[in-house]
Amino acid sequence: MELTNLQPGIEVDSFHVGEKIHEGGMAVLYRVERQGGEFPMLMKVPRMEFGSHPSCYVGFEVEQMILGKLTGMHVPRWVASGTFEDTPYLVMEYVEGRSLHEYADHAPLPADQAAHLVAALATAVHDLHRQEVIHLDIKPANVLYRAGGEVVLVDFGLARHFHWPDLVEEAFHKPVGSSAYISPEQIIGNRDNPRSDLFAIGVILYQLCTGRLPFGEPTSLSGFRLRLFLDPLPPRHWVPDLPAWMQEIILHCLEVDAENRYATAAQLAFDLAHPDQVPLTERATRLKRSGLSSIIRRWWQSLRTEQRKHEVPTTHLAQAPQILVALDPGVGQEALLRAILAAVRRAAAADDNCRIMCVTVLEPDISTDQETGHELVNSLYTQRLVELHHWAAELQLPQYRLRFHVLEGANAATVLLDYARQNHVDQIIMGARGRSGLRRILGSVSARVVAEARCTVTVVHAPSA
Amino acid sequence: MKVAVLSDIHSNLEALHACLAHARSKGAEQYVFLGDLLGYGADPKACLEIIAPMVSAGALAVMGNHDEAVLGGFCENLAFAARDAIYWTREQLGQPERDFLKTLPMVSRKDNAFYVHASAVAPERWTYIDNVVTAAKCMKASGSQLTFVGHVHHQTLYYTAGGGAAQVFIPVAGVEIPVTQHRQWLAIVGSVGQQRDGSPPAAYLLHDQHRESLTYFRVPYDYLSAAGKIRAAGLPERFALRLEKGS
Repeated sequence: MELTNLQPGIEVDSFHVGEKIHEGGMAVLYRVERQGGEFPMLMKVPRMEFGSHPSCYVGFEVEQMILGKLTGMHVPRWVASGTFEDTPYLVMEYVEGRSLHEYADHAPLPADQAAHLVAALATAVHDLHRQEVIHLDIKPANVLYRAGGEVVLVDFGLARHFHWPDLVEEAFHKPVGSSAYISPEQIIGNRDNPRSDLFAIGVILYQLCTGRLPFGEPTSLSGFRLRLFLDPLPPRHWVPDLPAWMQEIILHCLEVDAENRYATAAQLAFDLAHPDQVPLTERATRLKRSGLSSIIRRWWQSLRTEQRKHEVPTTHLAQAPQILVALDPGVGQEALLRAILAAVRRAAAADDNCRIMCVTVLEPDISTDQETGHELVNSLYTQRLVELHHWAAELQLPQYRLRFHVLEGANAATVLLDYARQNHVDQIIMGARGRSGLRRILGSVSARVVAEARCTVTVVHAPSA
Repeated sequence: MKVAVLSDIHSNLEALHACLAHARSKGAEQYVFLGDLLGYGADPKACLEIIAPMVSAGALAVMGNHDEAVLGGFCENLAFAARDAIYWTREQLGQPERDFLKTLPMVSRKDNAFYVHASAVAPERWTYIDNVVTAAKCMKASGSQLTFVGHVHHQTLYYTAGGGAAQVFIPVAGVEIPVTQHRQWLAIVGSVGQQRDGSPPAAYLLHDQHRESLTYFRVPYDYLSAAGKIRAAGLPERFALRLEKGS
């Protein structure tokens, strides 16, 4: 059966074929239905005819392997695959939603909108990395948005699963990827760095904010290699009023040396969701490329770069955890605060790339008097923030590893749990406090956080006298 | 159907018990023994008392070089210490055990799988598959989609790439690896009874035919007892040490 040219109404295995929705160089997509199917489905048929690009074969094989293994809302649900020889096809969930490609058509977008769109993308990429997979072909067309705003990543034909043979690498022995979005390390044949996906996200952010591609779409290998030493024109060159935090984030993602990029997609997602927390460096206001001397230095390095082996994604993520420290500063609990400080110091020493999020929760409704109440809350807010900074200063960590938040909410446990979930927190460190009568009645915050958090929770006790 | 593939048991009863129990808990319904049931270890008879009835009941088993050596000859191709173990093993076995060993074929095939102790290329020569060239030759000779071998004690996965060349992959224990249909795959399943990679746990492989996947396992077992029996039997000390150190 010629699968790339099916007529609507035909049956393939148990699937009822509907309209053809896409016909590309690599694959053809159809809507399909099946008896008892619970969600919309599509069938992807690779082009296998004579003269097809060999990557069609390998891409199909890799996608079949990896998609069948991935779980969660950020990938299309996998349904079935046909046999390779007779009926090569994949059936998966059809995600009804806009692709980032459609948004990119309207670039430049306001920075806030771009940040919102890409934060969801970074969240999806983080989820992928947690499952030992690097996508390696992140581009707007492969990013779909569900109705709720969550991103679904599609097209895993170039992806890499760290616990399986890399069929793509052995098939090509040359850089594969989309020329506009491919990272420098992929160009020199390195397919084992999760931060390659962060580079692609940086290109997308640049594109959304400026309407231009930072490296164009080169077609030759020498064109590809330019990005190994020539950094892009800063986004503010094109959009002078682009917020400094956005340029900071974009250029942080586009660092040539992967080690200088964000450590994890979770950190990137956090910064996009909290622009006011982004520490600004020289990157933020740059208007020109690097000087000639650093370009020459990078060019020289690019000629002699050795491939570095990277750890598997989850090992890498484990070295860059997001640690939430919940504390109540300045309430006369010095011994407990010192104990928490010691616990955080140990965690920070163990993992070089960890992020410490210092958080305190402010209870609302301080006063019923509208006018003065508002002011009071504002000054309390500032006071708490100052206290958090003061407490954290003793950690002696660089600014980029720290974030501070004063959260508001009547129920501290609920507020902390929500914050931890939204910000991909890997560990919560908090104090065990109080044997007061009130706590006995209401139950302690830490007990509820321990019970309900979906990450590790460390409850710190002050040393007893 | 899930098939447990076990190789190079080398008379290690504790390791065999542990791997069989592990495989059962993982849902194995069929068993294949890739040879070298004997040699090195102190429990040849007890191991065969487990394996021979399984073979009568439908499990597959092929001949290994140590099994062949036990049946006779001067064992020229074995190291001196290994020969000592073979001579000792000969004394432990009776006629029924020797009769069982004589029935072992050099290779076995079932469905899309090919089983051999050393290599599908001239199995009687006991070639070691320790690089992509010998692996490619072995896959070509077997002609099957899946070839399972032992002999080399390191768990390794080879597979064909474009142009007939082979690629090598070092599997991660406990991770299921899908094996796609239009390539050939060569799995070196590792050794149940004697490790050489610095880590004592026993090794075997589970082939899930329905899901078309392979999972390499490492199973902890009581290697101190197995080593103690080797010393008590007066077998070479280095074989006991090897179990304790895994190398």
